[in-house]
Amino acid sequence: MTRPWSYRGISHGMIVVALLAVPIQAAAQPSSAAACSGCHAPVNDGPVPGLIGRPAGEIVTAMAAFRAGERTATVMDRIAKGYSDEEINAIAQWYAAQGQPAGNP
Amino acid sequence: MPSRSGTRRKASRRAILKSALAGIATLAAPPVLGQAKAHVIVIGGGFAGATCARRLKAADGTIAVTLVEPNARFTACPFSNAVIAGLRPIEAQYFGYDGVKQAGVDIAGQIVVAIEAEARQVHFADGARLDYQRLVLAPGIDIRFDALPGYDQTAAEIMPHAWKAGAQTLLLRRQLEAMADGGVVVLSAPANPFRCPPGPYERASLIAYYLKTKKPRSKLILLDAKDTFSKQRLFEAAWKTLYPGLIEWVPLSGGGRVIEIDAKTRTLVTEFGSHLADVANVIPPQRAGAVAIAAGVADQTGWCPIDPHTFESKLVPNIHVIGDAAIAGAMPKSAFAANAQAKVCADMIASLIRGEDPREVKLINTCYSLVAPDYGISVAGVYAPRDGLLTEIKEAGGVSPLEAPAAQREAEATYAQAWFQTITREVFG
Repeated sequence: MTRPWSYRGISHGMIVVALLAVPIQAAAQPSSAAACSGCHAPVNDGPVPGLIGRPAGEIVTAMAAFRAGERTATVMDRIAKGYSDEEINAIAQWYAAQGQPAGNP
Repeated sequence: MPSRSGTRRKASRRAILKSALAGIATLAAPPVLGQAKAHVIVIGGGFAGATCARRLKAADGTIAVTLVEPNARFTACPFSNAVIAGLRPIEAQYFGYDGVKQAGVDIAGQIVVAIEAEARQVHFADGARLDYQRLVLAPGIDIRFDALPGYDQTAAEIMPHAWKAGAQTLLLRRQLEAMADGGVVVLSAPANPFRCPPGPYERASLIAYYLKTKKPRSKLILLDAKDTFSKQRLFEAAWKTLYPGLIEWVPLSGGGRVIEIDAKTRTLVTEFGSHLADVANVIPPQRAGAVAIAAGVADQTGWCPIDPHTFESKLVPNIHVIGDAAIAGAMPKSAFAANAQAKVCADMIASLIRGEDPREVKLINTCYSLVAPDYGISVAGVYAPRDGLLTEIKEAGGVSPLEAPAAQREAEATYAQAWFQTITREVFG
């Protein structure tokens, strides 16, 4: 495939620009939290409490209590034991940053 | 198979972007600007595929995503045992793709006839072809009609498997309704691995509930190709309390493995004898859905080995396999697992397309089973890639406690319902 030199130069330059324009996906949900939404709905209207917009400290405290077996649970005691403090923090920070849950009083 | 001569690209987009960033002149590079935006094709519109398609769009709106699913309506398997027991209408299992479409995913109601991995192209029954950067296969399971002598598609119309929800679910329901009080229901469960490990035992429980309440002189025999099963102690304890004398479980060592079926007489033949059924539910051996076999991503086991970080096939590059079709190590073949894998896979594909390295991941599975309408039990696990496999984190996971007050069983039954509502809203809503 032959192309004029200038064309190739421009195209590579524009790739770099395009990449810089891509937002760093800081707002992306941590992959470790991907499974939470299987049970925790964005709308806080069921028996399982919603996590969106919940203060990070609340989530961290709850997870610590579940992990230590100090809080009544059905499955969260079993799940919390699989997460490190660092992972729980990241998940909690992300949920806290997601604004107010729909339908939460 | 013809290739797209002239436009076929050997260098990956990721490699091209990296070299561009490094300022290296890539003389052989294709005209990236002339290339369409990244396109990911997802085949299969179940819990895995529909989740992955939506998540890809959410992870990076610039990626074009096509979900290939020939059926306009999805029939969910979780809770289909409640339909069989007459506790739930089949309509509660139906989901459409409007929500997926509104999320920005293109829906192709097409049948795939071939996948050309070298050319990164999917061929459809109507002759159309679509190019992809990355392909996600989420075909679920197929019944192996070649694995159990006498059990073919015709036999399944007499002795339903009901292991893919829909017409088969309703057929088994109708047969139970038509059965006289005092009848014998025979279920057979396959060896591992198969879709929904606790499923046969939940089904036996809910059919027993139906028999106990509507046809109390009847009996249920569960023929098993295994000596142990998921949540076994919990199921057995509950059966003893709720359905005394109603369920007879025959393990492998007791002659439970079914080796032949005679549909004409509704007979299940085991190594130790034969069982004549009034209603028979044969849950046969399974493998990855046909499209995975056609794409060459399944190994000799019939399932698909994958990289546990990215879910990319270990056999064919640029094809990812998620859900029941994948060999996901310790993760069971469940809707919850399929949904969790799909989200991680989508995130990883978005990263790979951006030229980033895959991140560390952790996945969860939670499976509820109903032993009765107000009696739920669960198994949960947390998983991470280790030594090339998805491995269960030892400190976490496990089943519901063997001793628990009725309120906890009731709470788990409620959570089971809530889970179904939440996950189907997330995937299809």
